Amino acid sequence: MNLRSTILTSLATSAIFATSLMAETELTVYTAIEAEDLARYAETFNASHPDITINWVRDSTGIITAKLLAERDNPQADVVWGLAGTSLLLLKADGMLEAYKPAGVENLDSKFVDGDNPPAWVGMDAWVAAVCYNTVEAGKAGLTPPTSWKDLTDPQYAGHIIMPNPNSSGTGFLDVSSWLQMFGNAGGWSYMDDLHQNIARYTHSGSKPCKLAAAGEIPIGISFAFRGAKSKAAGAPLEIIVPSEGVGWEMEATAIIAGTAHLEAAQKLVDFSVTREANEMYNKGYAVVAYPGVAKPVEFFPEGLIDAMIPNDFEFAANNRATILKEWQSRYDGKSDPK
Amino acid sequence: MTVPQPDVDTLPAGPIIKGKLSRDDILMRGGMAVIALYLVITLVLPLYAMFSKSFSTYRIELTQYEVQVSDEAGQFNTPAFILANLNQQYNTVPKEELSTGSGGRLGATKFFPDFSFRSSVMYRIRNLHDAGRFLIGSALKDDTDWHELDSNTFRRVQLRPVKSTGITNFVNYFSTPALFNSIKNSLLISIISTIITVTLAFWFAYALNRSCMRFKGMFRLIAMAPILVPSLLPGIALVYLFGAQGILKGLLFGASIYGPIGIVIGSVFFTFPHAFLIISTALAISDARLYEAAVSLKASPWRTFWTVTIPGARYGLISAAFVVFNLVITDFGLPKVIGGQFNVLAVDIYKQVIGQQNFEMGAVVSVVLIIPAIFAFAIDRLVQSKQVALLTARSVPFAPTPSTKRDSIFLIYCSVIGLFVVGILAICQFAALIKFWPYDLSLSLNNYQFDKMDGGGWRAYYNSIKLALLTAVIGTSIVFFGAYLVDKSNGFRGGRAVFQMFAMLPMAIPGMVLGLAYIFFFNNPDNPLNTIYGTMAILVVCTVTHFYTVSHLTAVTALKQMDREFESVSASLKQPTIKLFSRVTIPVCMPTILDISIYLFVNAMTTVSAVVFLYSPKTALASIAVLNMDDAGDIAPAAAMGMMIFYTNAAARILHLIISKGFLKRTQAWRER
Repeated sequence: MNLRSTILTSLATSAIFATSLMAETELTVYTAIEAEDLARYAETFNASHPDITINWVRDSTGIITAKLLAERDNPQADVVWGLAGTSLLLLKADGMLEAYKPAGVENLDSKFVDGDNPPAWVGMDAWVAAVCYNTVEAGKAGLTPPTSWKDLTDPQYAGHIIMPNPNSSGTGFLDVSSWLQMFGNAGGWSYMDDLHQNIARYTHSGSKPCKLAAAGEIPIGISFAFRGAKSKAAGAPLEIIVPSEGVGWEMEATAIIAGTAHLEAAQKLVDFSVTREANEMYNKGYAVVAYPGVAKPVEFFPEGLIDAMIPNDFEFAANNRATILKEWQSRYDGKSDPK
Repeated sequence: MTVPQPDVDTLPAGPIIKGKLSRDDILMRGGMAVIALYLVITLVLPLYAMFSKSFSTYRIELTQYEVQVSDEAGQFNTPAFILANLNQQYNTVPKEELSTGSGGRLGATKFFPDFSFRSSVMYRIRNLHDAGRFLIGSALKDDTDWHELDSNTFRRVQLRPVKSTGITNFVNYFSTPALFNSIKNSLLISIISTIITVTLAFWFAYALNRSCMRFKGMFRLIAMAPILVPSLLPGIALVYLFGAQGILKGLLFGASIYGPIGIVIGSVFFTFPHAFLIISTALAISDARLYEAAVSLKASPWRTFWTVTIPGARYGLISAAFVVFNLVITDFGLPKVIGGQFNVLAVDIYKQVIGQQNFEMGAVVSVVLIIPAIFAFAIDRLVQSKQVALLTARSVPFAPTPSTKRDSIFLIYCSVIGLFVVGILAICQFAALIKFWPYDLSLSLNNYQFDKMDGGGWRAYYNSIKLALLTAVIGTSIVFFGAYLVDKSNGFRGGRAVFQMFAMLPMAIPGMVLGLAYIFFFNNPDNPLNTIYGTMAILVVCTVTHFYTVSHLTAVTALKQMDREFESVSASLKQPTIKLFSRVTIPVCMPTILDISIYLFVNAMTTVSAVVFLYSPKTALASIAVLNMDDAGDIAPAAAMGMMIFYTNAAARILHLIISKGFLKRTQAWRER
């Protein structure tokens, strides 16, 4: 009896699901955009495309990338909107992206568009590494503010720095990849060896170091500028430091997943993603966007950050990712025994 | 005349005497087969998929690539050659570098020691057959056409691996200290937590069963509270208590809470009720005659304790120890939140899968994690099966006598434990209501605006309730029906034994492992069941299977109390079994059915490990939201959501109590003599 009613209920449920699917196009969109921005993005998009409903799958860069790669043979996503460029290069290398040239793509800065024609992905904005420095806690510990990456290896910061683990965080990986590009292979690793001596612990997510710094759990968090600006606006005693050697950055980009059942709707979304309107929307959280001339200054964003962005070699980052992560793990994850 | 003797050799064989299968028997066996099939699909096959994944390796197959090199003028005068032959000749790339993960890449220029990207030499490369894959930059080439490239572009050629099988993954695992260390770490914290929890729980249970202290009912309630929250919640509480801004930071004398200390304290919190329950049951059944004998033999209380009390409770103690050990070693949420740099196996699976997208290595760690879990489980079962009939019909139940000194010591002891449990919950609730810890301590409800945070917002909370209700209803139906069939059907011993084995298996499988196995099995496009991937259905199936064993055992215990004569009577009255089942069995077993439901409900609300790989946007869960909000650094909202789970479970418990009482009055009057 129980069994029968169960079957009936599940039949009824699936019938309801089926009818609601017919009514309008639903796009499953995978993203790593900050959760608080999702509703705003969907609203802006729906203002011009009310017939397309976006179902967000939001998680950190690493998790979303893992999900996409795991679903390689049975993709669940229709579109990726707001995922690290390096991750999209990984997907492209596995033939998972549907190349598409969105209307108006020529307006974008060419560094934000895939080199192939038609492009496999188009960029949206860039997020830039920065150091969140809690002035109150640093004062208590008697620290002087660092001005460069090399400063962070100074013994006075021992146990006072938190950074994201590149094995699970996109921000962590962009830091590591930028150090390897700036200081060279040998120099980069020896820099990280020194830095490791000062790191209290590595977090799984990229925004957590800054939030921990904002909450006073640690004086210094290596994170990204946008997060710092937000926390500062929320009232945290933070100073956002741009290291003088230059900072790593990563772009967020959009792409269609090959084999989507809703290609037309997906293309509309990508068309929208390169418009001026969309770029103005990205600008609320990102100081650098793909559409030239759109960017307005963001509150609490550190000055000189854009000039400090290094010329980032995404192909290097994507193709050496596995090797770099393995090396990082063997150097720093293995030594993580308690003191 | 001779009487013809029947020829023994030619006598026709008589009919084989065999009990006739009634329609009911067939129905019951059919039902059992269906539920067994359910367990095969939701447990055995996914685990098989995971095991095969752990042996699936990736290697770069050099025989698949053909390369031709031109002279300085760009003329291709020398013949093309296969890359494997080139490597054999010069051996520039050692064999180990060819075995890699699914994301592996190998630069083609590595095979040409004198390669220079500035030279005018041209290169041509192609796959020899369809399976070959390489990248030029990030563009995938999997055709068999020649690609002609200048030196500068050839530098960007990356060879991609193909699938093969072997034990390379295990070799890699045991040769990577970062991974290998986790085994030691996991065992260490599990053993320490087990010793502490069992000791604390023993004296707590002892106080409640063997003393006359006051407020026993309240302490019992408090001791059970941790079962209502996800295992990550104590981790979050510890951050507020002992973190850099913690209220009680001084108590740690400079040691960091992020690491083994935090994991052990948190583990003691969330495993305490499990140990307490088991030990309390063991201590409740004691024979007062033994104590009387001890007194009349003038044994000291100390000696009595070691010769009567401990032996009487030994099975309970051993069982509790292995249950706690199993819970700690397979737990993922707590070390994720408070573990810092202290790697344990369960978190390694997460990092391998989520961080590095190395599913094969995730499967390898899962296989490693299953071994201690199965070991602990097997010992527990062995011990449980020995615990029979300590209490006989002639036993006299032990009744403690008041003793002011002993009772007040126990009251103090229990108050300390109670304070620890309540304190952990209270600090979470307090932190959830603070505006901006530690800089703005004014009260606010900002942390309850879940829709503005990671994790799925309020919808995650409602999804969790939906999952918990579905799990309770569907799970209880399947489990109870299955238990009934296996306990009450006739004959078919082999089939029933196999079914019992399947029903016991889920207990030994860590949640992380089950979740990962589900990805491998259900997300395979060749699997006709892959449509349930990403839906609420897979979460329900996974949760029911994950918590199958305890529910099954509870149901079997209750059913065993019902005489099999009921079945015989109903058969002789020519009533179908289904009628007996619905008119007699279900009403009689109603308290048990409700117990199973609440067990499934509470666990579905708090589970993290099994579902962390399986949730989708529409099915984000509250417990996962706690994890993700903490991960993003939104610790206060994580605490807020954790407490929402606590209140929901507490409310469900109270409702369960009221309903149970009502049912007991209506249907269980016969239990009163």
